[in-house]
Formats: sequence, C-alpha cells, structure tokens
Amino acid sequence: MKNLSKIASLILITGMSFGAISCKNSNDKEEPAEPISNEMHQEGTDGSETVSKNGSNQAAANVLGNYLNIKNALVKDDQEAAANAGGRLAESLGEFNKASYSSEEQQELTDIIEDAKEHAEHISESAIAHQREHFDILSKDMIDMIAITGTNRKLYQAYCPMYNDNKGAQWLSTEKEIQNPYMGSKMPGCGEVQKEI
Amino acid sequence: MRILKITLGIFFILILALQFIPRHPNQSDEVPPTDFTRVNEVPPLVKEKLYVSCYDCHSTNTRYPWYNKLQPVAWFLEDHVNKGKEELNFSEWKNYSERRKNSKLRSIISQVEDGKMPLSSYTFIHDDAVFSEKEKKEFLNYMSQLKKNL
Repeated sequence: MKNLSKIASLILITGMSFGAISCKNSNDKEEPAEPISNEMHQEGTDGSETVSKNGSNQAAANVLGNYLNIKNALVKDDQEAAANAGGRLAESLGEFNKASYSSEEQQELTDIIEDAKEHAEHISESAIAHQREHFDILSKDMIDMIAITGTNRKLYQAYCPMYNDNKGAQWLSTEKEIQNPYMGSKMPGCGEVQKEI
Repeated sequence: MRILKITLGIFFILILALQFIPRHPNQSDEVPPTDFTRVNEVPPLVKEKLYVSCYDCHSTNTRYPWYNKLQPVAWFLEDHVNKGKEELNFSEWKNYSERRKNSKLRSIISQVEDGKMPLSSYTFIHDDAVFSEKEKKEFLNYMSQLKKNL
C-alpha cells in the first residue's frame, strides 16, 4: 500500500515536471549580450598587437577576464553577476585555440579546459555557496593554465587559509590588496598574497 | 457528462499514443573495464553503496523499476539518467583525466557529505539508497583517501 501511494505520487510528480519543463523552456530565451566590462575592454585594446601574432592570446585574455569577473562578483556576494560571468567563461574556454602549443602542452590544456568548463557551467547555474566550491577548483585550473599560456597582466596568487573547513583555497587577482572571493563580505580581507605572476 | 467522456477519451488515446515513444534503456551486460569499481580497490560496503545509491544514474547500467515500461515515465527517466551520466559516469572513470578525477571526487565528497546526493526524489522511491551515518563515514573516508592518493 505504501508503495502504491509512492508510485501514484511519482506519476503525479512526473506530470507536474513536464509542466515545469515547458515553463522553463519559455523562460530560457537567450539573454541579450551584456556590455563588455571595462576590465575586458582594456584587455582587448592593449592585447590587440599580440592577437595578430597569436590568435589564441585573445581567447586566453577573455578566459582570464571572465574568470576575474567571477572573482569580483563573489567578492561582492553577487550570485547573479558570478553566474553571468560563469556562462561567458564557459564560452570563451570553448573558443580557446590550442594549435600553437606543443603536443604535451595541448594535452594538459585539453584536460584543464575540459575541467574548467564544467566548473564554469556549474557556476552559471548554482547558488552562491556552490559557486564558491566550484570557483575553488576553477582557480587551480586557471593557475595551471596561465603557467602554460602566460599572460600580459600583472597577477597576484592569493590564499585564504580558512575556506572549506580550514583546508584553504587559492585565487588569482589583479590587485595586491586582498579581496576574498570565498568569504565575501563576511571576511573580505582574509588571506595573503602567495606570489606575483 | 458528454464533455467529461470526450475529455477522458482524448486523455486515454493520448496516453496510448505516448506508449509508442521508443525507449532507450541504459543497460549493459557487464561492468566495463574502465569502471570505477574495476580500476580501484573498492571495499565491499562502499561498492555496495555505489551500486545501490549511485549507479542507477551515474553509470551505463540502470536497474529499472517496472514502471519504466510505461511512457512518459521512461522518457522522463531517460532524460534524468542522461543528465546524471553527463555529470559523472562511474563506468567511464578510467577515461577521466587526473584533474577531472580530482574534481569529481571533490564533488562526490561534498554532495554526499551535505546529503544532496542521492537526490531526495530518488531515495523517496529507493529506501535502500539512503546513507546511514556509518555508511556515510566509510564512504567518505574511502573517497577522501582516493583523492589524496591521486
């Protein structure tokens, strides 16, 4: 009897979820492209000379720019902005061209991009606590990626020892001053710069 | 009264028509050599938990309930299983890069730790999929150890 009522509810839920799916689809319309942030715009202009030499540089700059936008949004506890930047990061990772790297580097980049893309996609559709979990692993991917691609921006690798039950987490920033993306407004100054890149 | 009969009739025909939607069961005869439980030495309890609580949606082998014979239930389950496999497929474990394994293990640990997995919609039907405190501890210990040794 217990099972029967469970099955009945399952059928009901299935029916309702069909309704839900169709509602969601109608809301899923493409959002208009957001205006390019200042940070990325600058990147586009002063990176333009290198673009002609190496097409992948622009994509690498976009990847980094979108990553930094996620970071900035998380510092401000802004789930929505982080989600938007996450979506754009997934796109820019997809556009990244590995052709100019050695085969060993290409293999490494493939692994990194595959992993990072998944985290970016999760960030684009999750609640803020979950966004931060993915941002933690994403940061590791970004650090490893930049070790291969290099960057023409001044970056600081920072470390917060408290995040994730004191297991700690790293992130990249363009500012030397600590702005913690993991603790948000609770503890914005927690952390230290580990090295300059 | 006539309206009611017609409505019911149409509904019945619709359900009947839905039965012709082809089903694509997610089933294979053997555990592939790339499977998590074949490339790692998994203790019996953890293995059992994986099979019972995770593999229906996160492997290439689903143990289907009888109502999967019915549409649109099968359709709904198929979509659900495909999403689960896309996220994490234990049958493909060996093919994941080290980096990806590390990410996946971390997600497995945090999802099970927080009680977000298995999904409550799943444990609602499958009572045995629920993790007891003891099972949870052993499961998480094993996964953390595996992550450390990666």
